[in-house]
Amino acid sequence: MFDGRRAVAARVVLSLLVLLVVACAGVMMGPAGPTWWRIPLALLERIPGFGEGGLGVSSGVSEREWSIIWDIRMPRVVLAGIVGSMLSLGGATYQGVFRNPLVDPYLLGAAAGGGLGATIVITTFGSSRVEWPIDPVPLVAFAFALGTVAITYLVGASFGGLRSSSTLVLAGVAMVSLMTAIQTFILQRNSDVVREVYNWILGRLATASWSDVILVLPYVAVSTAVLLFHRRHLDVLRVGDEEATALGIPVARVRLTVVIAATLGTAAVVAVSGLIGFVGLVVPHMVRLIAGASYRVVVPLAVTVGASFLILADIPGRTLSSPAEVPIGVVTAFIGAPFFIVLLRTRQVSR
Amino acid sequence: MSSLELRGVTVQYHKRQVVRDFSCLVPSGGWLGLIGPNGAGKSSLLRAIVGIVAHGGEVLVDGAPLSLRSRSRRASIVAYVPQEPVLPEEMTGHEYVSLGRTPHIGYFGSPSKHDRAMVDDIIDRLELGACAARRLGALSGGERQRLVIARALATEAAILVLDEPTSALDIGHQQQALELVSRLRRDHGLTVISAMHDLTLAGMYSDSLALMHEGTVVAQGDVVDVLSAETLAEFYGVRVTVHREDDGTVVVVPRREQM
Repeated sequence: MFDGRRAVAARVVLSLLVLLVVACAGVMMGPAGPTWWRIPLALLERIPGFGEGGLGVSSGVSEREWSIIWDIRMPRVVLAGIVGSMLSLGGATYQGVFRNPLVDPYLLGAAAGGGLGATIVITTFGSSRVEWPIDPVPLVAFAFALGTVAITYLVGASFGGLRSSSTLVLAGVAMVSLMTAIQTFILQRNSDVVREVYNWILGRLATASWSDVILVLPYVAVSTAVLLFHRRHLDVLRVGDEEATALGIPVARVRLTVVIAATLGTAAVVAVSGLIGFVGLVVPHMVRLIAGASYRVVVPLAVTVGASFLILADIPGRTLSSPAEVPIGVVTAFIGAPFFIVLLRTRQVSR
Repeated sequence: MSSLELRGVTVQYHKRQVVRDFSCLVPSGGWLGLIGPNGAGKSSLLRAIVGIVAHGGEVLVDGAPLSLRSRSRRASIVAYVPQEPVLPEEMTGHEYVSLGRTPHIGYFGSPSKHDRAMVDDIIDRLELGACAARRLGALSGGERQRLVIARALATEAAILVLDEPTSALDIGHQQQALELVSRLRRDHGLTVISAMHDLTLAGMYSDSLALMHEGTVVAQGDVVDVLSAETLAEFYGVRVTVHREDDGTVVVVPRREQM
C-alpha cells in the first residue's frame, strides 16, 4: 500500500477525467456559436459510426457554426491545454532539479528573453511581416528565450557551481532585469508599436489556430516525454547532490537534461502564447498540496492539472468582457498571486 | 563479504591537503573506527571512499579499484550514511528507504517487484513499520537515524561508510543505532568504516581504530593501543584517564584541568 503505484495511477486517471470535463466546458462556452448543449452532440456526430448511417446522432449544428467550434474554439482549448501543461511541468521539474520551490524557467529568463525577441521583431519589421510566408515572431522569441536561459545557466554555473541554486537564481534576476530594460528602451523609442507588443507579452490564446498547435506540439511532446522519464531521478535528488551521487545518480547529467528539456518546451510555448505568468509556480504547488510531494505523482499531475488550469483560466478571459478580451496573462496573475500568498501562509514553501 | 583497502588516499580542497596518503586494510567483516579532533580529515576520507569528492590514490574492494566501476555499480558496493543526512520533510519513511534501491534500477527503469519486496523486508527487519507511512518531518531523531541506516542497507552494499552516525542522538539512541549496525554487520557480513566522536563508543564497537590528525594517521591498530592517555593528550590536547574494564572495554574519561 505504501508503495502507492495504484494510488498514483488512480490520481492520474482522475485528473485526466477532470481535464476532459474542463476541455468540454472550454469548447462549449464562448460568445457566438451554437447553444452549448448542441456542441458535444456535434462532436459525437462527426465520429464515424455515431452520426448519419450509424447511431444517427444529429445535433442540428450548421456548417458555419461547426467552423466556429472546430476552427476557433477547439484550437484555442487545445493550445491552452498544451501551454498550461508545459508551463506547469517546466516549473515542477525546475523546482525539483534545483531543490528550490520558487524557481521556474521564467525566473531564469525564458519569458523575458522571449519578450525581448518578440519586441525586436515587431519594432524592426512592423506590419510588413504580415506578408511573410511564416511569422518570424515565434521563431525569434523561441531563440531569445533559449539563449537567455543558456546565458543565465552558464553565468550561474561558472560563478557559483550548481550546488546552490541561489547563485543561479540571482544570475536569473540580473538577466531578467537586463532583458526587460533593453525591451523597455526599445519600446520607448518605438511607441507606435507598444500596443501590439503588449498584446503579445500579456499572453494571447485568442488568435490560436491549428497551425500554432502543430508548431509547438513536437517540442512539447519531446520535452514532456523526457521530463516524465526523469521523475524517479527527481525524487532521488530531493536528498541533495551528494547523497544522490552516493546512490549512483549522475547528478550533473540529470540536471542538465531536465533543464534543457524543460527550457525547450517552455520556450516553444512562450513563442506562440506570449508570457503567461504564475502557471509554473502555482500549479506544481497546488498539486503538491493535493497529492503529496513525491515527483512520481507531481510530474504527471503537473501535466494534467496545468492543462485544466489554463483552459479554465481562459474561459473568463473570453466571456467576461466580450467582445473584448481580458489577456490570459492577467487572468492567471489574478488567480495566481492571491493563491500564492495563501500558500505561503498555510505551509512553509521554503522547506 | 568484502574487504576494503585504501592505498595512499589523498584529498585536496583548494590546494590544501586535508587527507594525506592514507593507507589501511579493513578485512572482510571488520569495523574500522576513525577518530581524531575536528578538522582532522575523517569526513573527507569517508567522502573519498564513497566517491563524492575527487581524490588521489586508490580505494579497492576485494582488491579491485572502485575508480574502474560505474557510478551506480560503485553505489551498490559502498553505502553511505552522512553526518547530516538531508531528510525531506514531506517524504514518507517508505519512500526514503526505497531510495536505497536506486543503484539497482536502470536509468529509464522503475522499481521491480524484487526491489519493492526488498524494501518491505528491510522495513520489517528494522521494525520501522510504524514509520513507513509517516512523513520524515514527523519522526523522532532515533527513528530518522534508523531510516537512514535502512536506506543504506537497501543498497545491498557490502561496505558501510558511517560519518558520525550518532552525533545527533542521545545516549540511549546512540547505543541503539550502534547495536543495530553491529547486528547487521554480523548478520550480513558487512564491512564497516565509521568516523566517531565518542572515544569510548568508538572503542567498544570497532575492531581496530585509526587516529587521524591534520590529514594523516598518527596511530593505528588495536583499540587498547590507540586509546592511550598519552596519545590522546598529544593529539586532542586533553587530559583523560583511560580505564580498562574487566570485560576488556576501554573507557575514556575526561579530567578537569584544576580541581
